[in-house]
Amino acid sequence: MSPAVLSALTIFVLAILVGFEVISKVPATLHTPLMSGANSIHGIVLVGAMVIAVEANDPLSQVLSFVAVAFAAMNVVGGYVVTDRMLQMFRKRPAAPAPAADEPKA
Amino acid sequence: MSTLDTIVQLIYLAAAACFVLGLHQMNSPATARNGNRLSAAGMATAIIGTVVLIAAGDMGTVNVSAWVIIAAGVVVGGGLGLYTARTVQMTAMPQLVSVFNAVGGGAAALIAIDDYIRLSGAAGVPIPLEISIPTVLDVIIGSITFTGSVIAAGKLQGLIGGQPIILPGSRLVTAALAAVAVVGALFLFVGNISLPVFALILLAGLLFGVTMVLPIGGADMPVVISLLNSFTGTAVAMAGFVLSDPVLIIAGALVGASGAILTKLMADAMNRSVLNIMVGGFGTGDAATGAATGGPGGSVREIGADDAAIQLAYAQHVIIVPGYGLAVAQAQHGVRELAELLEARGVDVKYAIHPVAGRMPGHMNVLLAEANVPYPQLKEMDEINPEFERADVALVVGANDVTNPAARSNTASPIYGMPILDVDKAHSIIVIKRSMRPGYAGIDNELYLNPKTGMLFADAKDGLAQLVAAVKAV
Repeated sequence: MSPAVLSALTIFVLAILVGFEVISKVPATLHTPLMSGANSIHGIVLVGAMVIAVEANDPLSQVLSFVAVAFAAMNVVGGYVVTDRMLQMFRKRPAAPAPAADEPKA
Repeated sequence: MSTLDTIVQLIYLAAAACFVLGLHQMNSPATARNGNRLSAAGMATAIIGTVVLIAAGDMGTVNVSAWVIIAAGVVVGGGLGLYTARTVQMTAMPQLVSVFNAVGGGAAALIAIDDYIRLSGAAGVPIPLEISIPTVLDVIIGSITFTGSVIAAGKLQGLIGGQPIILPGSRLVTAALAAVAVVGALFLFVGNISLPVFALILLAGLLFGVTMVLPIGGADMPVVISLLNSFTGTAVAMAGFVLSDPVLIIAGALVGASGAILTKLMADAMNRSVLNIMVGGFGTGDAATGAATGGPGGSVREIGADDAAIQLAYAQHVIIVPGYGLAVAQAQHGVRELAELLEARGVDVKYAIHPVAGRMPGHMNVLLAEANVPYPQLKEMDEINPEFERADVALVVGANDVTNPAARSNTASPIYGMPILDVDKAHSIIVIKRSMRPGYAGIDNELYLNPKTGMLFADAKDGLAQLVAAVKAV
């Protein structure tokens, strides 16, 4: 196993552990936004899709990388926007029935 | 490593830190939005860094065609993502998350496919195990996620029947597909290079995703989506190994771990194991037991909207228990309207939110928040359960299994031990429900036979509209 692979594996395992720790403290209320937020983070695959697009030099590869870039971009943009929309609704509202102050809603 | 490359690697590290801190901030409603934005900022930085790296020719000379592919892909995919995310109804949001998950998994699988085609094209060059393992795992997990998430979204959207679809011999087919993928993977791991075998693995993965999700009922889709989300994270991490890209590994592993935890939490809240859900068949053997115990219990008392409205209007404490049926009927605005009417009459109204109410954990909070229900009125299960004793009326809208007292008392019940809302302790209970049809678990709910319970047979939305009209008339 080359040093590069070994360090990649180290990063992988440590990142998994970090993921467990970070997530296990989230209250149930936020699970749906959290799922959506985590869903956007794996949109980082866009970076990989761009890399294969650069290396593509035959039609098949170009088609594959185009679809990959489009898929990944949809994942990133849509994921963050929809998560933000969800979280926008969690703002604390005044308990009194005066919902005037905070309402420039999209 | 060039200076620029070093800088971009550091940018990737910063992006990874943003992801971790962003997720951490999603712990609390107060900081969650910032957390998501921090994570988005990290993402934007990482993507811009990559573009700079490509533009600087750090990955070799770049054809015009590559730029066209990247630009067109980002515009098409990003535009579609932006449009759907902006316009989707909040009730349809779970299936949209599932679609975004599908395309993420699809992108990860495509990276592996592209990579394998290139590697297998270099005749005679052996593929080292450290590349073949992540490539094959990436294509298997990515393809399962892709079709599985599409099917899950289709079920939630109602395009595919929400009921479990069990075709004759489907278990056998699923097992056979898994065997094909495993044998194919081993064949490639031992040093063979074969594009047809790789294609076979891909096909098996795609079909496996379909046969895995089809037999699972609609109510279990949240758990399935969460699991598939975790799969996508893992697939992306594998793509990171394929491309030797640490930021993909970190982000993928983070999501893989988070999805796994979430999946377990959701399954726990339903008192089921993830394996149980994935194997499906819940209610097939247990339904008979449930029906038998529920059968001779007593009679159901029906209540009209006017009577129910009078009970509500003259109550002091009302607890509303919203459930899956409310989400399906998109009745969140109706419930808020009713609550506001009651509050105007001086009634104290609270909402009891079961952890798995709605179509995803926390989904009910989002739906009610969208309908402008004040956040402090939403009470989590542990907080609200002691208050049911003091409640004059508990209004159950489209919730079923999470209110079934059998989960506390009947050890023979398939849902025994599942944490439930103590609705039966309220002084009186009104249930809005379309029919006496059992809930997802396929068992009768003793709550409906309780002498304190009045059943208002209606769709959640219609029932609430009737109540609103009746309360106005009181």
